[in-house]
Amino acid sequence: MSIIQVNNLRKSFGTNEVLKGIDLTITKSEVVVIMGPSGSGKSTLLRCLNFLEEPTEGVIRIGEFQVVTGGKANSKRKKEIRELRKRTGFVFQSFNLFPHKTAIENVMEGPIIIHGTKVEEARILAKALLTKVGLGDRCDYYPAQLSGGQQQRVAIARSLALNPMVMLYDEPTSALDPELVKEVLQVIKDLAREGMTMIIVTHEMSFAKDVADRVIFMDKGVIVEQGTSEEIFLKPKEERTRQFLSIVK
Amino acid sequence: MDVTIIIDSLPSLLKATLMTILLAAISIIIALVLGFFAAIVRILKVRILNGIATAYVSIIRGTPLLVQIFVIYYGLPQIGISLDPISSGVVALSLNAGAYLSESFRAAILAVDNGQMEASLSMGMTYSQALRRIILPQSLRIAIPTLSNTFIVLIKDTSLVSVITVTELLQMSSLIIAKTFEPLTIYLLAAAIYWILITFFTTILDKLEVRTSKYLVR
Ligand SMILES: Nc1ncnc2c1ncn2[C@@H]1O[C@H](COP(=O)(O)OP(=O)(O)O)[C@@H](O)[C@H]1O
Ligand SMILES: [Mg+2]
Repeated sequence: MSIIQVNNLRKSFGTNEVLKGIDLTITKSEVVVIMGPSGSGKSTLLRCLNFLEEPTEGVIRIGEFQVVTGGKANSKRKKEIRELRKRTGFVFQSFNLFPHKTAIENVMEGPIIIHGTKVEEARILAKALLTKVGLGDRCDYYPAQLSGGQQQRVAIARSLALNPMVMLYDEPTSALDPELVKEVLQVIKDLAREGMTMIIVTHEMSFAKDVADRVIFMDKGVIVEQGTSEEIFLKPKEERTRQFLSIVK
Repeated sequence: MDVTIIIDSLPSLLKATLMTILLAAISIIIALVLGFFAAIVRILKVRILNGIATAYVSIIRGTPLLVQIFVIYYGLPQIGISLDPISSGVVALSLNAGAYLSESFRAAILAVDNGQMEASLSMGMTYSQALRRIILPQSLRIAIPTLSNTFIVLIKDTSLVSVITVTELLQMSSLIIAKTFEPLTIYLLAAAIYWILITFFTTILDKLEVRTSKYLVR
């Protein structure tokens, strides 16, 4: 049973069509890495899945939550979108931690506000999650007091706190100094091993080889080709994929 | 310069200072509420109210406070709205500061990085939850320096309502001078009192800014 089902997803900004009919099916526990040149629509695709961008056309289903795109922004639809967002964790390139809250407060915020969890319970959950991402000793630090890698790990813990069905990552390590990339990728690898369903936009090839069940290559708003990391990296069928890989390598 | 004049006039001046503080305090509270709602209405682009708030801010910022005071005190009775001098003063000062505060609040809310709203929404928060829990606390810190500035201007502007016979600090000074013929001494005394008041408030607000910024310290 697929956990994400996307049909004919289209998104235009004005006259600029950025996503030109994306079809995507993702099964439970699958780890999908999306690659492609800058401007090919990777971020827009992820953001549409979370309705941070409103798709122009198409159908998105995550779990049993289906939201019809292009509908009216009435309160029923807004609620549907919120329900969908509650079940998808989104990790941003720029972390977007809440700077006025400590690490543990960042992680507690979702359970308290979204799930109505009691503060003490939320604290226990948050502490466990921060420990899981290796930051059990940084609970009371403000984001400004943490390194980029630590901030991104807090951000992952913050998403996990809502117990999502799927995690979406938009270039989670692109804003990091090279020596901090590994610690974040390690956390994502651990989640993959635990069976978390994930879509990851990244250019980290060796990471993709390690964790990806499937690699998708996107260009100019379409999926050019997809397959296992070996198929895509070692014997790409499409010329565009070859060109891109020669640059990234 | 005669020390006895200072000693004699000080009690009256201090009493009038209380009126100045009262005018400023009531006006700032109303102005904060007014400014906050005007800012929110404009940010959310609430139908009709957005237009009203925008016009309000533009009119207040585009006209002198003294003219606003005259319109309210001398003009409104013509259409049946008669306010006593103190109420007129409070209304004028609140409307005036409210417009400036609305601009500060609006700028401060817009200054919070858009990623904060996106992170909140992506968790499933409603827009108003995100505003209350995530955006506004950060805007407050950003707004404090300009809030502080508006407070200072407001305290100074209370002196303008002396023209409609409110016996605040400046009006009282003039009354005393009419009897003592000591303008230099008395006005300097009034100036000193304003300075102390304003320094007191800026110190408090500076402390508040430091406190609300503690999370930014590495
Ligand atoms: N909010 C927006 N408004 C207008 N154009 C946008 C917006 N977001 C993205 N785009 C455009 O969409 C295209 C794809 O962008 P994006 O999805 O960010 O690509 P990628 O993440 O693959 O680099 C780009 O041409 C970009 O300029
Ligand atoms: Mg991108």
